[in-house]
Amino acid sequence: MTAPVELEVGRIVGAPVARKEDQKLLQGQAQWVDNMRQPGMVFLGVVRSPYAHARIKNVNVDPALAHAGVVAAWSGADIADEWQGSLPCAWIPTEDTNAPEHKPVAVDKVRYVGDAVAVIAATSRGAAEDAAELVEVEYEPLPVVVDPEAALAEGAPLVHDEFGTNECYTWKLDAGEVDRLFAEAAVMVTERYRQNRLIPNAIEPRAVFVTSIPATGEFTLWSTTQVPHIARVTLSGVTGIPETKLRVIAPDVGGGFGSKLNVYAEEALALAVARRLGRAVKWTETRSEGYLSTIHGRDQIQEIELAATADGKITAVRVKLTVGMGAYLQLVTPGIPLLGAWLYAGCYGVEGYSFECTGVFTNTVPTDAYRGAGRPEATFAIERAVDALARKLGKDPVEVRRLNFIREFPATIASGLTIDSGDYDACLDLALEKSGYDDVRAEQLSRRAAGDPKRLGIGLSTYVEMCGLAPSAILGAIRYAAGGWEAATIRCLPAGTVQVLSGATPHGQGHETAWSQIVADRLGYEVDEVEVLHGDTAVVPLGMDTYGSRSLAVGGIALYYAAERIVEKAKKIAAHVMEVDEAKVDHVRGVFHGPEASLTLKEIAFAAWTAHNLPAGLEPGLEATYVYDPPNFSWPSGAHVAIVEVDTETGAVELLRYIAVDDVGTVVNPIIVEGQIHGGLAQGVAQALYEEGIYDDDGNLLTSNMVTYLVPSAADLPRWELHRTETPSPTNPLGVKGVGETGAIASPAAVMNAVVDALAEDGITDIDMPATPERVWRALEEVRS
Amino acid sequence: MRNVSLTVNDVLYELELEPRELLVYVLRERLGLTGTVVGCDTSSCGACTVLLDGESVKSCNVLGVQADGAAIMTIEGLAENGSLHPLQESFHEHHALQCGYCTSGMVLAAVSLLAENPSPTGDEIRHALEGNICRCTGYQNIVDAIEAVAR
Repeated sequence: MTAPVELEVGRIVGAPVARKEDQKLLQGQAQWVDNMRQPGMVFLGVVRSPYAHARIKNVNVDPALAHAGVVAAWSGADIADEWQGSLPCAWIPTEDTNAPEHKPVAVDKVRYVGDAVAVIAATSRGAAEDAAELVEVEYEPLPVVVDPEAALAEGAPLVHDEFGTNECYTWKLDAGEVDRLFAEAAVMVTERYRQNRLIPNAIEPRAVFVTSIPATGEFTLWSTTQVPHIARVTLSGVTGIPETKLRVIAPDVGGGFGSKLNVYAEEALALAVARRLGRAVKWTETRSEGYLSTIHGRDQIQEIELAATADGKITAVRVKLTVGMGAYLQLVTPGIPLLGAWLYAGCYGVEGYSFECTGVFTNTVPTDAYRGAGRPEATFAIERAVDALARKLGKDPVEVRRLNFIREFPATIASGLTIDSGDYDACLDLALEKSGYDDVRAEQLSRRAAGDPKRLGIGLSTYVEMCGLAPSAILGAIRYAAGGWEAATIRCLPAGTVQVLSGATPHGQGHETAWSQIVADRLGYEVDEVEVLHGDTAVVPLGMDTYGSRSLAVGGIALYYAAERIVEKAKKIAAHVMEVDEAKVDHVRGVFHGPEASLTLKEIAFAAWTAHNLPAGLEPGLEATYVYDPPNFSWPSGAHVAIVEVDTETGAVELLRYIAVDDVGTVVNPIIVEGQIHGGLAQGVAQALYEEGIYDDDGNLLTSNMVTYLVPSAADLPRWELHRTETPSPTNPLGVKGVGETGAIASPAAVMNAVVDALAEDGITDIDMPATPERVWRALEEVRS
Repeated sequence: MRNVSLTVNDVLYELELEPRELLVYVLRERLGLTGTVVGCDTSSCGACTVLLDGESVKSCNVLGVQADGAAIMTIEGLAENGSLHPLQESFHEHHALQCGYCTSGMVLAAVSLLAENPSPTGDEIRHALEGNICRCTGYQNIVDAIEAVAR
């Protein structure tokens, strides 16, 4: 742990400043959505389908209406005229993508367990819950399909009859002479992996609170959202409430990890009920309800082939994904696997690249963004396959990696994008040194020689990922419906403090602290003199919100350039006040030096506010906005090492050590960076060892609550050993890359490579995630028999 | 309805409660102590942890009427005379919170742990926190924050 240090001007970016956000959170003073209340408000209760696939024959809400405290109750049909459009999907990847209508409350058919069929408005939470149980719904059950491959088979039950298929889309990316390279390959590896379905589990459940002024038609929606700006424009489309009449506020939000990067039925429903009743409306999911109504992640079947020379130089990669979309398309459901589309060759230079992804409807909760979104999957496939290649060649995985690393930057990779910078050898060198790789290998051998039933395994993951979403033109080219820019405003107030309006919308990341550091560093304010406002469309009108490790690499750069604009204007005022030529004024972190005198930015801000003596034609006030559209993604990389012990008698896997070397470019605040990596590692290790959302053949979610879905506790995870290398990104002036997802991207591969490495001598080459004791034991039994 | 008297953060409340009201909702919705939060419905996550007669309990797993006569401390009552509790300070110094949603429960679970075992090892801390889930921090800084106070 790095202790906070006293700040010096010029050393603020990079300093371990303790977070400004903490005080209210530590004292129970956060403004969570579920804290909101208003006299006369109603609570929503949502009636959800117990069937994964069924026709709705009849919905009778009368018994619910008779219950004390119930104000109103509606079936999907009763409330259908509230909807001007479907719940949004902003990423339709191909022209012929099958995109179903998605109403907030189902009308004719339910398509997954949890699909909403009716809604109750009642004067208390308890009355809403009780009344929801009184609604009588008559269902005609239909055949169910939950597995994406089974859903593509001839005769599979159709989730959406109108398409005549469960295929949502197929998207391809081909580069180089892949077939020739495979035909000429001396060695080939063909692997098949399963990306387990994951449930994000942000610790704050989702909640919505709506107030309105019926006479003016104005609505304010407080939501546990990562994306208030995207929510406003899309919910306007769903409800028909004009954007001018809809204000969306994300107050304190308790984690997201992608699950709150969405626009949900209950947000639209709360607006519609508020419009119908003219009363404030609140809905808060229970955790178990969230498992059935908040998006899941992953659920991919991955087939990957490598073509290589006899000594292990990879020449081509061919990938085919079959991905469960779930029953509907949420905000970015179809695009999630495509965020990995360019990364299946990892940090290795190849000539040929072929990627194909088929999205498939199933009778399950929709999948969407979960920490890493497409990139953990890609990293897992290539890193596992490289280990498989090393085993096939009888070489150490380190050697095969070194043989294939990209070493010249910027590097245009076979899939077509350009990696900004990196030094993959430096990361690997440090990871090997810090893990004592050679010693662990030696111990592994001696354990084997001694016949120790506890095998040692060591797993590598040398990853590169693309984040900082994203250049708007590239997003347009891949048919994403919005831009990738971000906005920041700096407003120098007259009495010596400064407001920052951030379009990026934090939910635990520490933007207030990091943004304050950047402003302090550029403009000479103290960190505590900077006030960062965010997450309210009325206060911060411009924004694209927070996801994809984009906030610093895009929003932070917008802030940097806004500061440049402040300096530009302040310099004019300084020159005017000092009566010197502007060219003779130098700016150094908030102080403007003329030949004979100096003015501070605070003095200039006051002068700009009084406007008593400004240069002719210059507007009063000192405020600047910058909207930054990045020229490239940013490309963090690193080398992670997992060391595991696998008990061949019980199947238990213990993660003994985890060493992470990450290169995330310039670091603004090392404690925040470390915290982000810790959290990402915990979620990635959880994917490898603990977590899986499991459906039975009838479409019942068997892991339907926090007891049956194993989110790891402190006792289940090791101490993280973190190290860093630093190659600044050359595509932005701060050199930053992004850190929110690296841990979750790199770690599943490292852990599973270690588990397989431990058992390779036993003849095991793959174990599905999560590698539970039962799964490991069964795999061992299979090879033993 | 039942008459219940609760002392919460040294304030005595006389309440009329429905038998089914959970303590966490009594705290949040009747007393306005929204620092205690709900994270699950299976008493798995510990976000709602409070101290009941000095022991940590999950307030989603206690009925308001069960707490009749008890003294309860929530996160709002932990700081004394405007000074944060050493664990609150330590969580801040060690970056032991990110989104902060689990923090109230985590800090109070730690208060309870240190009352029972003033010098726990890192492993003992990890096991003592098994009932408190954090999704942001990967736990390491939480363990460090508690260890720093324990020493």
